[in-house]
Amino acid sequence: MNNIILLPVLIPVMVGILLIFLRSYGRTQAWFSIFTMAATAGISYYLLEKVQSDGIQRLDFGGWAPPFGISFVADSFSLLLVLTASIVTFVCLMYALFSTNKLLQTMYYYPSVLFLIAGVNGSFLTGDLFNLFVCFEVMLLSSYVLLTLGGAKRQLREAIKYVVINIVSSWFFLVALAYLYGSVGTLNMAHLSVRVAEAGQGPLLTTISIVFMIVFSLKAGLLLYFWLPGSYSTPPVVTSALFGALLTKVGIYALFRVFSLIFNQQPEITHAIIGVMAGLTLIGGSIGAIAYNDIRKIAAYNVVIAVGFILVGLAVSTPNAIEGAIYYLIHDMVVKALLFLLVGTVIALTGTAQLHQMSGLMKNYPLLGWSFFITMLSLAGVPPLSGFIGKVLVSEGAIESGAYILLALSLLSSLFVLYSLLRIFKNSFWGETIVGKEDQVPLNSRFLVPCVVLVLLTFGIGLGTEGLSAYVTDAAETLLNPEIYVDAVLEGDRP
Amino acid sequence: METIIILLVGILTAVAIYLLLSKSLIRVILGTAILSHAVHLLILAMGGLKEGTVPLLGEEAESYVDALPQALILTAIVISFAVTAFILVLAYRAYQELGTDDLDEMRGVNDE
Repeated sequence: MNNIILLPVLIPVMVGILLIFLRSYGRTQAWFSIFTMAATAGISYYLLEKVQSDGIQRLDFGGWAPPFGISFVADSFSLLLVLTASIVTFVCLMYALFSTNKLLQTMYYYPSVLFLIAGVNGSFLTGDLFNLFVCFEVMLLSSYVLLTLGGAKRQLREAIKYVVINIVSSWFFLVALAYLYGSVGTLNMAHLSVRVAEAGQGPLLTTISIVFMIVFSLKAGLLLYFWLPGSYSTPPVVTSALFGALLTKVGIYALFRVFSLIFNQQPEITHAIIGVMAGLTLIGGSIGAIAYNDIRKIAAYNVVIAVGFILVGLAVSTPNAIEGAIYYLIHDMVVKALLFLLVGTVIALTGTAQLHQMSGLMKNYPLLGWSFFITMLSLAGVPPLSGFIGKVLVSEGAIESGAYILLALSLLSSLFVLYSLLRIFKNSFWGETIVGKEDQVPLNSRFLVPCVVLVLLTFGIGLGTEGLSAYVTDAAETLLNPEIYVDAVLEGDRP
Repeated sequence: METIIILLVGILTAVAIYLLLSKSLIRVILGTAILSHAVHLLILAMGGLKEGTVPLLGEEAESYVDALPQALILTAIVISFAVTAFILVLAYRAYQELGTDDLDEMRGVNDE
């Protein structure tokens, strides 16, 4: 029992409720939420250290021992993601402090962000499948609000699509939960793992697992990503950055958790399907990334490519590949937020999202240009930046298990990522300067600070891989050996 | 009893999907509401139906209904209520801004 596990969910919710009453004080709200995220990051780091020394932590709500009550379970994998999510949100909120207009700030923007984070952290920490559904819904409802705040025509139109698609996918989630409960009689993840292992994963359970796969793929944007570019490229910059960094990652987390802990008996079916879907996602995302001239669309398709890449790691499921996928997941949260923030800054400066209407920004804003350059290299996986280690390990895993098609696709997709971003770089940063030094829109350094912080973070993760490796190895070990998780939750006395 | 409920779930789902596929936004929203009712019944049926008994009645009770599906449904109802409320407001706002509730026409409305 460790009550602190609840804090990464509880603090954002409580502060979010408090901020509703401070509606008219935009700045105050911003500072409150920034401090909240800093506190959450600190707590999750403390928990991460605690997991390293004392093993997996657990909180049974109301003292009901698992599998009867709802429990929160914190292992290295979930805590790494909670920590990264908190840090990324912290930086995004710093950007929001200066970039969002007054109107948006007083329309419950910050409470919605905090509720979103509560949902995200809850999804990472919960040890109960139905509770995962609830946390998903908390996250989704906040994302609906964030997506529509501002009320531009485009936003409303994309929001309708996004909401309806998510309602249908939530429906599938409930259907899968109902069937699963009907067939094995429990919804606690650790208990499910035991029951499924005892009963053997027959055709019925495999079918149920595929329904779960559809649900999480929709959330993660794995193959079913048709809704993603539209809805991620319409809201205000900070919102896109938060969505790009966090929302798809929750779906990916759920896929990893469910298919390594519960449905791990028939990888030749489930993991093979994930592999095929990941391959197709890489292809589709790559085509999308080079097909558009709207730089926000390009950034959104880059999210899709990353999802494909990370799930190659799950499809292969060797120790190296899983470790690589975790590294890449952390890297991607940081760098996707950075990419969206940079793209948003460029749009704010030039007043257009079209690639061909901007040129020579490098002369006007050198620091912005170099930040973009580093982001590009990091996404392409150039050492010593953070994308490198993940790409190497996933590729190594793909070679070990002989998945050469996936290997080829994932490496080719890196080239497409590089090419799509080089197009932005070449068109908008290089070339003739259209705007003279005198007439340029002044770039407020406060926009740049969050971007530079994230750039430093991608360097930090790249150079400090050694320091991170202990946590990631532990996370991968828990994912690969479900019995560690099960023992920690059910404490040996398996009902 | 379970069979009848499952058939009912099937009919509700079919109706909901028919509504979801229509052009009018308000029908789509009604479709999502019916869809959630269908799955609530499915959860109820999956817990096993017993006639005329209560959830829990001491240790000597001869038969009792599984209380967990009911708890799940209660949670799901609350969530679907919130989502439906949100999407109704969204639809109204979209109607005001875009001037149409026809999903086909909405696609044609281009950026501001």
